[in-house]
Amino acid sequence: MDYATLLQVLDSTMRLATPLLLACLAGLFSERAGVIDIGLEGKMLIAAFFSAAIAAATGSVWLGLLAGLVSSTLLSFVHGLASITFRGNQLISGVAINFLAAGLTVLIAQDWFGQGGRTPSLIGSGRWENITLPLAETLRPVPVLGPLYADLISGHSLLVYVGLVMVPVTWWVLFRTRFGLRLRAVGEAPEAVDTAGVSVTGLRYAAVGICGLLCGLAGSYLATGLQAGFVKDMTAGRGYIALAALIFAKWRPWSALGACLLFGLLQAVALRYQNIDLGGITIPVQVMDALPYILTVVILAGFVGKAIPPRAGGEPYVKER
Amino acid sequence: MTDPAPAIELQGISKSFGPVQANKDISLRVMPGTIHGIIGENGAGKSTLMSILYGFYAADKGDIWIKGEKRQIPDSQAAIKAGIGMVFQHFKLVQNFTVLENVILGAEDGGLLRPSLAKARGVLKSLAEEYELSVDPDMQVQHLSVGHQQRVEILKALYRQADILILDEPTGVLTPAEADHLFRILDNLRAEGKTIILITHKLREIMEITDTVSVMRRGEMTATVKTAQTTPEELAELMVGRKVLLRVDKAPAQPKGAALEVRDLRHVDTSGVERLRGVSFDLHAGEVLGIAGVAGNGQSELLEVLGGYADATGSVTLNGSALPLSGAGCDGMARRAAGIGHVPEDRQSEGLIMPYSAWENSVFGYHRDPMWQSGLLMKNAAIREDAAGKMERFDVRPPNPDLAAKNFSGGNQQKIVLAREIERNPDVLLIGQPTRGVDIGAIEFIHQQIVRLRDAGKAILLVSVELDEIFALSDRIGVMFDGRLMGIRDAAAADQRELGLLMAGVGEDEGQDPMAAAEAAERERERREATHG
Repeated sequence: MDYATLLQVLDSTMRLATPLLLACLAGLFSERAGVIDIGLEGKMLIAAFFSAAIAAATGSVWLGLLAGLVSSTLLSFVHGLASITFRGNQLISGVAINFLAAGLTVLIAQDWFGQGGRTPSLIGSGRWENITLPLAETLRPVPVLGPLYADLISGHSLLVYVGLVMVPVTWWVLFRTRFGLRLRAVGEAPEAVDTAGVSVTGLRYAAVGICGLLCGLAGSYLATGLQAGFVKDMTAGRGYIALAALIFAKWRPWSALGACLLFGLLQAVALRYQNIDLGGITIPVQVMDALPYILTVVILAGFVGKAIPPRAGGEPYVKER
Repeated sequence: MTDPAPAIELQGISKSFGPVQANKDISLRVMPGTIHGIIGENGAGKSTLMSILYGFYAADKGDIWIKGEKRQIPDSQAAIKAGIGMVFQHFKLVQNFTVLENVILGAEDGGLLRPSLAKARGVLKSLAEEYELSVDPDMQVQHLSVGHQQRVEILKALYRQADILILDEPTGVLTPAEADHLFRILDNLRAEGKTIILITHKLREIMEITDTVSVMRRGEMTATVKTAQTTPEELAELMVGRKVLLRVDKAPAQPKGAALEVRDLRHVDTSGVERLRGVSFDLHAGEVLGIAGVAGNGQSELLEVLGGYADATGSVTLNGSALPLSGAGCDGMARRAAGIGHVPEDRQSEGLIMPYSAWENSVFGYHRDPMWQSGLLMKNAAIREDAAGKMERFDVRPPNPDLAAKNFSGGNQQKIVLAREIERNPDVLLIGQPTRGVDIGAIEFIHQQIVRLRDAGKAILLVSVELDEIFALSDRIGVMFDGRLMGIRDAAAADQRELGLLMAGVGEDEGQDPMAAAEAAERERERREATHG
């Protein structure tokens, strides 16, 4: 494999890792606050559809993004209502959201556009443009580092950079601010937060809201950045891979970046080389697709350190006598 | 009217949960700078009253006055503002946060953590010096001993500038040394003019530290008296509503031959730690052998091994025949069939199946007995009828065999377990923590049953962390420390101080003072918790 090919694979890794990363950070906020969110997939899907649909209708990718954020956040609050206010089972609520999104998007798409459950292909200002960072072309001739900068670091759409910036932002919010302290506390010991005179419900809704916004970004990027329009089930299990990455990263922001880049790399390799030939042994593409899940099981089995989830995760808070 | 305004004054507080009236027209005055005890049985309404004071519930009726001002306390925030701090029985701490983070949670100064943490570090340092409340501020709470975690709770309240401190059953989880330290802290706080409300069901603590005591029974405040002018007997009577025997009335034991011979018993737990390190003793028919010790020194494992649900090496002989200590034939049912009854330490997870009815629970462990089976089917009608009889004889209330185990109070749950084990007439009865979380009235009954079984010539091994209970029931007393039996004494000749030393792992010939020993025990336990936490 030559250098140019390597750069291409890594470049594709960046793009494929972005929706994973945004969804993973979304899940991180929610689960750190004690609300397990298996509905990342559904929220990404609905955001992907609405951002593509609005972008197609208005020609503005920004309005599309807004629609994606709003739809995903609304769905997130449905999850919040079920699991925080009505103390329902969070897994069931999440699964319901996934089904709801899968059906709703296709149904509305067919009704609006009549193209078999897809939106029209986005062109021009309906899609995110790739941003060329300053001096990218000037520096290109520099050996090794030039192409690295011009091809790998420069030339992505805005949301890729937003995803990368969200990692330190998430870390800072969680570990350096009052809101972060309380958010982490509410996922570990909601009774401690409650007796300290802080609203458990308020904190959890805030976390669920942030989760919705980040899922909205992830879904919008899928339909208006990575692809040009919405197609049925376009998230293709990315929500679940993001959950796997979250466990793989042990609910920590920087590790989440690493896990998502790794899983993104696996996807990029699987996309480029259908079957990998290792001198006699051929690795079928399905192995690459399955690898994120296999790695997560390995982590969960405790082979690579212990993944300890937030203690109050999945449990609705009921004030005890 | 030269008296200062009461720190807390409650007038006519009532609170109902559905048909249950938890608090009926309660009035209470707590004077500033005093320690005020509130005593009552489980379910008497103590915790409900304090929850109202801390803003967890709104009272249906009644007024609250704090330091002479009428207050509404709709939530915990309002209680904190009024200067009330609460130390709950089950700590409200975030286990993987540091002490500092726990202290500032909810009381931060501004959006960023750094300045709050720095401020709290300074405040904690001065509080530690002032009240003997030292805790390492950067330690994660999960690595602290229970006693230290409680200090963090007190620090949390003081950091919020509470001058009224409510402690709910604070000594339930503490070692004797930790409890002594807690009382010194409370003394210091009182000396600084803080007001303390101590909720407990332990008469000894009330007598030891409070200035005034209020008694609650069935949701009502039945009396408020000066501690110096009352006696434990009077308080017990006020709590239960009838005369209670605080001492167990028993004749001297008539021990016979050894029923159970235990030799060099060793047990390694699943994480590879040796929990029993060569325990040997004889248990005689017709005696109660009490095993004292700070929780976690191998007593639980001893019961599990003897009860047949943990493997061990060594030998155990029951009336001359050896029992298997691992593999086939080593399980709870086999042991019961061999004549070893077992009242486990944790009745809710090991003694009963909580959602099952009392009559179903009344035969567990003996349900394969031909007496209860015909072919593949259980003789349900017979079991039910038998259970009703047991419940009557053991005064289980309500005497309804169809009620699920979880719907009985702690004392009545324990009576169901006791009835099941005692009525099978075992040669040996293992009893763990027989009265943990049990009301005074029920304690009296349970103790009588144990003595009655002893007088019937049975051998009883009693494990309890309550030293008072060990003294009240035992004919001989053994102390466990770090998986070893430190020595067995005749109960008549043993004194509490010596046992305290043994509990801390100090032999009688080493001349250490009790405080150093207690600290050593605490360090030892911290080490253990740190390595297994």
